[in-house]
Amino acid sequence: MLTPKSSLPAAAGIRLTELGTGMCARVVSVAAPDAATPVDLGRRLAELGFLPGEAVRIVARGLMARAPLAVRIGTGTFALRLFEAACIRVCPEQPRPA
Amino acid sequence: MSPLIALVGNPNCGKTALFNILTGSRQKVANYAGVTVERKEGSLLTPSGKRVRILDLPGAYSLDPLTPDEQVTADVLLGRRTGESQPDFVVCVTDATNLRQNLRLVLSLKRLHLPMVVALNMSDIARRKGMMIDAERLAGELGVPVVETIGVKTTGVRALIKVLDGVGYPSPAPHAAGGRPAPWRTPSASDIEHDQSEVRRILGLVGGDRLNGVTISDRVDAVLLNPVLGPLILAVILFLVFQAVFAWAQVPMDEIKLGVAAFGNWLAAALPASLLKDLAINGVLAGVGSVLVFLPQIIILFFFILILEDSGYLPRAAFLLDRVMGSVGLSGRAFIPLLSSFACAIPGIMATRTIQNPRDRLATIMIAPLMTCSARLPVYALIIGAFIPRRTVWGGLELQGVVLFALYIVGVASAMAVAFVLKRSAPGAGLQSLMLELPAYHWPNLRSLAIGLWQRVEIFMSRVGTIILALMVILWALSSFPAPPPGATGPPIQYSVAGHLGSWLAVLFAPIGFNWQISIALVPGLAAREVAVGALGTVYALSASGSDVSGTLTPLIAQSWSLPTALSLLAWYVFAPQCLSTLATVKRETNSWRYPIIMAAYMFALAYAGSLITYTIAKALS
Repeated sequence: MLTPKSSLPAAAGIRLTELGTGMCARVVSVAAPDAATPVDLGRRLAELGFLPGEAVRIVARGLMARAPLAVRIGTGTFALRLFEAACIRVCPEQPRPA
Repeated sequence: MSPLIALVGNPNCGKTALFNILTGSRQKVANYAGVTVERKEGSLLTPSGKRVRILDLPGAYSLDPLTPDEQVTADVLLGRRTGESQPDFVVCVTDATNLRQNLRLVLSLKRLHLPMVVALNMSDIARRKGMMIDAERLAGELGVPVVETIGVKTTGVRALIKVLDGVGYPSPAPHAAGGRPAPWRTPSASDIEHDQSEVRRILGLVGGDRLNGVTISDRVDAVLLNPVLGPLILAVILFLVFQAVFAWAQVPMDEIKLGVAAFGNWLAAALPASLLKDLAINGVLAGVGSVLVFLPQIIILFFFILILEDSGYLPRAAFLLDRVMGSVGLSGRAFIPLLSSFACAIPGIMATRTIQNPRDRLATIMIAPLMTCSARLPVYALIIGAFIPRRTVWGGLELQGVVLFALYIVGVASAMAVAFVLKRSAPGAGLQSLMLELPAYHWPNLRSLAIGLWQRVEIFMSRVGTIILALMVILWALSSFPAPPPGATGPPIQYSVAGHLGSWLAVLFAPIGFNWQISIALVPGLAAREVAVGALGTVYALSASGSDVSGTLTPLIAQSWSLPTALSLLAWYVFAPQCLSTLATVKRETNSWRYPIIMAAYMFALAYAGSLITYTIAKALS
């Protein structure tokens, strides 16, 4: 389980899946939310760069059930399924000027 | 032995383009022993006249492997892969526009204490984006040399080549400071976090960190990943590719046909009548010529697949199709292996190694051969050319192209149906992962495109030159001996071994409308599907009563087959279980005979059922 260095509680912020398309946020924590999620998922996401403190933005969503998600992390973009994105808790931010 | 230099980097960092420019066409493509991960080695002659070997390791996000690709990369770098020596020098290739992600791998690599250099690749793109990276400062902070590279320009790798020129063997490891490096330890979650804060610190000092700005790629994605427009554009792109495969290939195909015919006539005039002449013209030329003619179509198909891959569109297509794939129990990641299977099921099945979930991977392997591989194209093209009129429908669409597209759709639809059945038969297998990088779009690199196309042409030509040629000669022998008895009236092949075999098989295949010539052709088609066309060429050449051996096959079958038979054969080849090399690959990938046997059985059953239904309906309608 990856927890932020700051004093925020682990359940702070919202799930990445709840973030609107085009919205920016900062990662608070990355962890498998329940037992049904594979355990190494959190670490795999961390290796792709989903780490506390990193900036994220929802680039696009699919048509059906608004999934999968295309998520900008740092300078890269990854496609995530809903259960993967649900491992990531974020704190929404105002979008920066381009 | 020349020093061994390993190229390591994240996927999509432009590593392969860099490898191509360093080694040119001096590449050896093989597999790592015991696994189906592609091993690419090339060599480079440095300005001082030294030869170094360059190994292009599979892309990896970390040295803590989660896929077979990453396993190979980690094992080779740690020197614990049997049959591979530990590299003498490491070039860590980074995408200069994405250092925030790429530098973590650099920090991990540093812990290996191998001599290394960091290549700031795509440094031209970074500069154009206004990302000013202080390479000298970066080298200072990392404690390893840093060079800027542009992987798509010959002049862009000069600095790197200069560094490689200085690599010695065995080279003293500057970081090891004498003695063995500390044993490798898998990084924990807090190690990754620690590395990331180090990356942030370094990027703060050297620049080149621009976040969340809207890029050109984002603007393109706003259209191409739009929930409504995106899938429409994808459908149009795929449709145009298949139209092009038919329309553009016409002229070169005609040229090849004319060339083969002219060569046949020249041979017929130059050689004295003998068994050898018969073998050369009726066996080799008729058989190989009728397969060779499909080279232009295979080149065009690969041309588009390589462009879509290199430009960064393929992962977007996987993104768009993820929900559809998910609904039948596959991951969006399965899209890329399945798309490769349109070229050939073998690289497709080998590409399934990027799917982490074993059950998901197995399902993808089982349906990969249902994707219409390019070896089916010769069969489709032959039958469509003979039976579907060349005219335009619905305002400018080629009817032949439409039929071809429909055959591809039937293949995809049946694959989805089979995947759905597999999902139903093994429920509760857990969640399937996607986690697919969508790299920034860029213009396809012509050099990589040319090298990629050339490698496909080589594979196809070596198949024509070896397995297809050998089978043609065997088939010619089976079709020529024993010779017809004196005073026989029918075509000579009817009295041969192949004729007898064909007439037995014809009994089995009569309900689906196949005549004995088709039944014979299915036998060598077991080795490779496109061989069936060559075999038909040989069978018809030998059953024609004499003169017109170099004439094309198309008018012959147009005369002698009924439309229901032709449609039935098309349906047969949608499923076509007969490709031994695919089954051998499945055996190797799954390490069991169980799955290739299941695959052969279910595909044979589908093929027979599909042909039976098609034949019965077509006959009832005509």
